[in-house]
Amino acid sequence: MLKVFTSIGNYVMLMRRVFTHPQKRGIFWDQMLTEVNNLGLESLGIVAFISMFMGAVVAIQTAYNIDSPLIPMSMVGFTVRQSVILEFSPTVISLILAGKVGSRIASEIGTMRVTEQIDALEIMGVNSANYLIFPKIIASMLINPVLIVFSMWLGILGGWGAMTATGLVSTNDYVQGLRIDFEGYTIFYALTKTVFFAFIIASVSGFYGYITRGGALEVGQASTKAVVFSSVIIILFNLVLTQLLLT
Amino acid sequence: MIEARNIDKTFGEHHVLKNVSCNFDKGKTNLIIGQSGSGKTVLMKCLVGLFEVDQGTVMYNNRNFTRMNFEQRKTLRREIGMLFQGGALFDSMNVEQNVMFPLNMFTNQLLEEKRERVNFVLNRVNLENVNRLMPSELSGGMRKRVAIARAIAMNPQYLFCDEPNSGLDPQTSGVIDHLIQEITLEYNITTIVNTHDMNSVLSIGDSVAFIYKGELWWQGDKETILDTENPELNEFVFGTELTSRLKK
Repeated sequence: MLKVFTSIGNYVMLMRRVFTHPQKRGIFWDQMLTEVNNLGLESLGIVAFISMFMGAVVAIQTAYNIDSPLIPMSMVGFTVRQSVILEFSPTVISLILAGKVGSRIASEIGTMRVTEQIDALEIMGVNSANYLIFPKIIASMLINPVLIVFSMWLGILGGWGAMTATGLVSTNDYVQGLRIDFEGYTIFYALTKTVFFAFIIASVSGFYGYITRGGALEVGQASTKAVVFSSVIIILFNLVLTQLLLT
Repeated sequence: MIEARNIDKTFGEHHVLKNVSCNFDKGKTNLIIGQSGSGKTVLMKCLVGLFEVDQGTVMYNNRNFTRMNFEQRKTLRREIGMLFQGGALFDSMNVEQNVMFPLNMFTNQLLEEKRERVNFVLNRVNLENVNRLMPSELSGGMRKRVAIARAIAMNPQYLFCDEPNSGLDPQTSGVIDHLIQEITLEYNITTIVNTHDMNSVLSIGDSVAFIYKGELWWQGDKETILDTENPELNEFVFGTELTSRLKK
């Protein structure tokens, strides 16, 4: 238990060093744009692939379970929309990003630590925590919502594609279902969660990378810890944020 | 001048540095020598603040480094250049970007001025036409020289070199040693070199501090080190086949 509190304390102290004015704004912007590409745009492929197929699977499962003539087939579109927007895109895709982006951040910073590159930054008088972690956090918080909106759109498209291909639900019914009782607030809720999750992924992974000591083995361990703890914290915060935003 | 006064450092129950006091003079190549695990790297990291000392003080020209806060240290560190054992070049940057990094961070020079300075320091370490190469494309000796170029790009007052010859052949080691000594004299800076290479000691050791089991065991220079009666130092100095044969 003491270890948990020590880690939380160290995390908070590191974040105090991260959230300071960057040494040079120009360098910060350059780095942030690089990270938008590295952490966000390079994840487009996996996000697109998973979203399309998950949307399709949700649509097929819903259609398969509707066996009462009293339930209209438009419910398939409604169910796909609600599950994709409320939970699948913001939470599941964030968990996938925690694996992909989190391990990348932790191993990159961890390797810099064990090869003394972070010491070199410190010796030059650079706030290494701010220089390395801050652009990643800001880039993730900016690009992840874009990825999630893209994921929502593809998830719904995947559902429509599956229904069209199998002929289970007509396009008219599917689109009608998508429009039933739509509330714009659900998008706000999903994107708010996404921004929180993006912060968790980048900051927790940055923390585990930054505190790495040793060699290649420890970098691997840091990477694993970053993914595990980011995922666990995302799941916990998902419950808290859902309670706060939807009730 | 850098002064280390009564430095103590422990890691858990391992007492690594025991009451170490020594001075490192300006315009000289000051060597810290000792066996692997004797505590010389820890001492160097205490001097630059990468490790916090448990007791004692580190003074940079009468400025108490150990009492400085984070911001004050950041400012002082702009006067420090350091060459790490593996070079510690930034993997994601090419040679030019590595050397230009401190100039980008701390100066408002135009790109052309920075390029000029980069080319000057790269020339100074005898490297040409390597600006676009990545660190992974360089040999061990070239990486060390790029790291020296980066360390001197900002005209430091203090230069720290942690085992600059590790992993290098004797000839390249000699080149690096002489480069360090030339830079020290040329810019009149305080240079501290960690090494266990006796060739380095005999060629550039203006001042030599021998650390043995975490204690300062002997201080002298390259002229006096061969005549010492200190048994532990003798064992270190004449520990290799070559030096023991020469002694005979």
